[in-house]
Order: sequence, then C-alpha cells, then structure tokens
Amino acid sequence: MTGPLPTRTPAAVTAPAPVPRRTAGRVPYRLAFPPVSGVLRPRLVAVCAGLAVATFVVFCWGMSVGEIPLGLSDVVKAVLGTGDPGTQLIVRELRLPRATTGLLVGIAFGISGALFQTMTLNPLASPDMIGITQGAGAAVVAGLVLGWDAGLSTQSLGLAGALAAALIVYVLAWKRGTTGYRIVLVGIGVSWICTSVTDYLMAHGGQFQAQASLGWLVGNLNGRGWNEVRPLAVAMAVLVPVSLLLGRRLRTLQLGDDVAHGLGTSVQAVRLVTLLTGVGLVAFGTAAAGPVAFVALAAPQVAQRLARTAWPPPVAAGLTGALMVLAADLAARELIPDTELPVGVVTGVLGAPVLLWLLVRANRVGSGG
Amino acid sequence: MTRAKAPRAVLLVALPGAALLTLCLLSIAFGALSVPLGQVVETLFGHAPSARIDSVIWSVRIPRTALGLAAGAALGLSGCLMQALTRNPLADPGVLGVSAGAAFAIAVSVGVFGLGSVYGYIWFAFAGALFASVLVYLLGGVGRSCSTPVKLALAGVAITSLLSSLTSAIVLTDADALNRFRFWEAGSLANQNGDTLVRVLPFLAVGAVLALASAPALNSLALGDDVAASLGLRLGLIRVQGVAAVTLLTGGAVAVIGPVVFVGLVVPHLARILTQAAGIGPDHRWLLPLSAVLAPCLLLLADIAGRLIARPVEIQAGILVAFIGGPFFIAMVRRRRLAEL
Repeated sequence: MTGPLPTRTPAAVTAPAPVPRRTAGRVPYRLAFPPVSGVLRPRLVAVCAGLAVATFVVFCWGMSVGEIPLGLSDVVKAVLGTGDPGTQLIVRELRLPRATTGLLVGIAFGISGALFQTMTLNPLASPDMIGITQGAGAAVVAGLVLGWDAGLSTQSLGLAGALAAALIVYVLAWKRGTTGYRIVLVGIGVSWICTSVTDYLMAHGGQFQAQASLGWLVGNLNGRGWNEVRPLAVAMAVLVPVSLLLGRRLRTLQLGDDVAHGLGTSVQAVRLVTLLTGVGLVAFGTAAAGPVAFVALAAPQVAQRLARTAWPPPVAAGLTGALMVLAADLAARELIPDTELPVGVVTGVLGAPVLLWLLVRANRVGSGG
Repeated sequence: MTRAKAPRAVLLVALPGAALLTLCLLSIAFGALSVPLGQVVETLFGHAPSARIDSVIWSVRIPRTALGLAAGAALGLSGCLMQALTRNPLADPGVLGVSAGAAFAIAVSVGVFGLGSVYGYIWFAFAGALFASVLVYLLGGVGRSCSTPVKLALAGVAITSLLSSLTSAIVLTDADALNRFRFWEAGSLANQNGDTLVRVLPFLAVGAVLALASAPALNSLALGDDVAASLGLRLGLIRVQGVAAVTLLTGGAVAVIGPVVFVGLVVPHLARILTQAAGIGPDHRWLLPLSAVLAPCLLLLADIAGRLIARPVEIQAGILVAFIGGPFFIAMVRRRRLAEL
C-alpha cells in the first residue's frame, strides 16, 4: 500500500494527464517586434474557427424559425436594425434574447467545465457533478414548492443556491489548502445533500409545483428575454477574460502541485481563482436558463477530442457549449411540433451520442481516457 | 507487513454481523405501531402477544426488512464490484448509468404502457439496467485496447445523461406518469410486499454468486491489467462476468427501491477501512461479503429513521440515505484519504 515514497493523488481517481502521442502540429513562434513568443496550434485554431462559424449559422437559423418563419437575410437585417419594423420587433424583442441566452449559457457552461476539468485533472469533475448546479436546483425548487421565494425571482434563487453550494464545497474541501481530488469528492457529497432536498420537496409537494420544478430543473430557454441576458452578459464580460488568462497557470497544475510550485505558480491562489471563475460562470448561466444538462461535462471533452489537445481548450469548449445549446434549442422546437420541450432534455439526447462517438473513435488508450 | 491492530474476528465478523442483526430487529419493531423488542422476539418465535402485532410484523415489517436486506446487499456488492473492475473509487451503479437505465425503462413502462405497480415494472427496470450496462461496457470497451477506467466512466456518464434526458422528456409530457414516477424515484422500501422480493430474489442470488466468485480474480486485477494478464487472468472473461453480476444486482435493487445513491459508492470504502484496521488490506474475498453486510445496515438505518422522523408521514429511505450520507462521506474524505484500490 504505502511505499517509502509519499504518494500523490491516487492515479485511479485523477486520470493521469494523458501523454499525447501525436498532438497536432505545434508551431513555436518568436516575434522581434512586438516581443511576443508562444506556440501556435494550427489544428486548435482551425477547430475554433469551424465551431465559431457553425455556432453563428445555428444562432441565425434558430431565429428564423418559429410561428412566423423568416428568411435568414431578414433575420440578419433585423438584428442590424434595418428591414421592416414588424420583423424587427419579432426578432429583436422575442427571438434575439432567447438565442443570445442560449449562446451565452452555452459558452459559460463550456468554459466553466473546461476550467473544472483542467483544475482537477478529472473529466468527471464538471460543475454539474460536484453539487453546484444541484445547489441551484434545491434553492429554486424550495422557492417553488414552499413559496420561500421571498419576492426573489427564480433567477436570484438559482444564483444564490449555486454560490452557496460552491462556498460549502470549497470550505469543506479546505484542509491546509485544497486539492482537486478533495474538491471532487466533497462536491459529490454536497450534490447528494442538495439532490435529496430536491427529491424530498418534489415527492412531498403538490403535483403542480412538482411539474413546474421539473420544467426548470432540466434547463429551459422558453420565454427568456433581455432581463435574463443582462446579468449573464455582465458577469461573462468579467469572467471569460479571467478564465482565458488563467490558461497557462492552470495547465502547470497538471504536472502536480510540487512541480507547479517549482515553476512559479502559486497553486492555492490559482485554484481559488479558477474555482471562483468557474462557479461564477455556472451560477449565472444556471440562473438564466436552469441547469442545462450535460453541457459543462461534454463540451470540454468534445472540444478536447476535436482539437486533439491534452487538456480541454477553453475557447473551443465555450464554442462547443454554445453550439450544443443552440442546436438543442433548434431541435427541441423543430423536431417535435406542438410541444415546447425544454432545451435541457435535448442537450442530453444530442450531446451524449456525439461524446460517445468521439470516445469510440479515439480508440487509443491515453487519448484523454 | 502490517500488524493487526485489532482482533480480526471482531472487526470483520462480529461487529458488522451484530450491527445488521440489531438493525433488523429495530426495523421490525419501529414504525407507526411500535412494538417492544421483547414482544418482537416472542412474535418471531410464534408467541405473538396479539393478533394485530402478529399481522403487522409478519405481513408488513418482515417483508419490508427482508427487502431492505436484499436490495442493500445487492447495491453494496455491485458498488464494490464496479470499483474493482474500473479501478476507480468513484464508480458506482449511479455513475455508470445502470440506475439511469432502469429508471428510463420504468418511465417508459409508466408513461407509455401505463403500468402503475411494481409488479409490472420490475421486468422493465431489469431490461433497462441490462441495456445500459451492456451499452456502457461496449462503448467503453470499443477500440484497440480493453476499456480504460476513465473511458468507461465517461461512457457511463454520457449514457446516464442520455437516458435521464429521455426520462425527463417522458415524465414532463405526462402529468400522471410524473405523479407515480416521482415517488418511485425518491427510493423507498414502503408499499412493497413479499411478492416483489420473491420476484427479484433469484436474480439477486445469481448476481451475488457471480460477484463473490470473482473475488480472487479481482485481487489480481487490482495489480493492473498487464500484471493480471501475465498472472493468467483472462481480462475479457472477468469483465463480462462482472458486468453480468452488476446488471443483475443493480437492476433487481433499483426495480425494488428506486435509484438509491451513496450505498454502492461508500460502503466499499467502509469495508476497506475495516479490513485495513484488521491488518488484512484490500482483499476482495473479505471486501465483497463485508460490503454485502454493511450496505443493508445503512439502508435499514435510513429506512427506520424515515419512518420515525416525520410521523405520520414517511420520508423515503433513498432521500435520507443521501441526506445522511452526504455529510458522512464528506467527513470521510476530510479525515483520511480514501483508501486506494
């Protein structure tokens, strides 16, 4: 069991950071002026560009379908503020906010998942596995079933619940510092507690409230307007740049805490900032659309496999998340007429096969699992 | 060499055994009508103090307790087996999608076929669990190599979310199904009877035999795939045996009591703590039976608590297991590093 050497985190829990056998080509560059050097990954850039284009297409396409079908060109015109006033009203007041919510929520969940998975070295350590979305769920269902909303909107309840759960996880995982591994395990414990509260409320509340709760719990874009978009957009304007700046420091953590320390990374500080950023993104995303299932877990994994990198790339993960949510919303409205299925139901159904297909295709040990 | 810190017989046999026996007695004694322990023992030996006590104990409490015993043991065994097979201390029927498979099949039976009784949906749950675990295994195992633990777990999570999304879709579009389903989903030992147990017992028994028989192979597997293979272990065979056992155990248990979390995940860790204290180390010939004894202890404890806390309303055992289990698990994580596999 215990050898003479101090063991680090057990390899069974944290999959060893996969050693890429054949990463995509990396092109180191150095510019004399401005004095910048770095590594270009052509494949990653290509993947991001492809995802961005696909996301934009689905974003516009989603706004062109509905009660009154519109042409794509009309939609683009209306967004830019030209075209006839009627179309402008429909697009800018009804469809654009919904699509924007989907876009932002997807980006937020994707980036957040990438941060968590990189920090803990564990693809299963996404915010929807470690109690954060469950905390939001418990708070919202308590509000719906017990009437404890105290005048707060579902949005504020979700936000408060997510932040509270994250705080509890962090405090309980703190023991002379935190480790990614402890955060995951404690998070699972917290997620059980929150889920059991939700289950209790669902089983002992009235049927109408149970239905309403479930509708929120799977994640929904129905009836989302500018009021939902604003707080999310403001939060993301701050948090997304932070998460991109974290990238390199975060990746040194994959070498183990000691090595990271030796490379000049202040391990605990990076971990705390990462956690705060990831939680903030998820909390605001959940507040806007409910805990949309599976996006935070799958998007980074899909992006990692598309870009063939050794870690989930944040930008690609965010774009993948946005594409997932928007495509799911489109499918939910188009495939099954007369029912407005919540988007969260479809993200699971659409996203799971994609992830599974990638898992099957990456039929080599060590390609990220 | 580790020195035994406590007598083995006490830690590994007497203590868990006594706990289980005590909890069984309490489970028979407590409830809406509480019976003193003395009278419980008298009733068990056929000298019931009154006809009412006699009927409550024999037709309600004993079947319910037996159900808790069987389902708990099944969950404990399947959790222990899954952790050994995937070499991932976080593996359990919930994570690997087996419970979600059963739940989905039950949602289909309730929502599409309108079945309202356990009677009808046991078979569905079973088929769903089998489908999910075979799917996880195939997907996790596709490729040039045998399935790696992480790949398997990822496949499990993907399938879980796929199936639970479909479950939500069914339940959301049918208010009546939601009503029946949400009670089952909370995980309860109530409203079940002896027939249910008789129906699933054969499956649980076969699963338990398969699980216990794989103990020596699991010990070799703990050394890593390469070492195990060079010791002459047939990896494919042991994995198939494991998947079969897990399916039988989880499918049976979930059909009866709903998707109860925590038990399958934590009980094996408790068993490892006990074996370590006894100076044996993680030997699956001890771990599997211990898990099968400790898991029903937990489930019965939660069930008894659920009967007593909010009388006359009962809180489902599954909810309490998670509610008590969460803090307990966190305490375990904080106190010691969870024993490695």
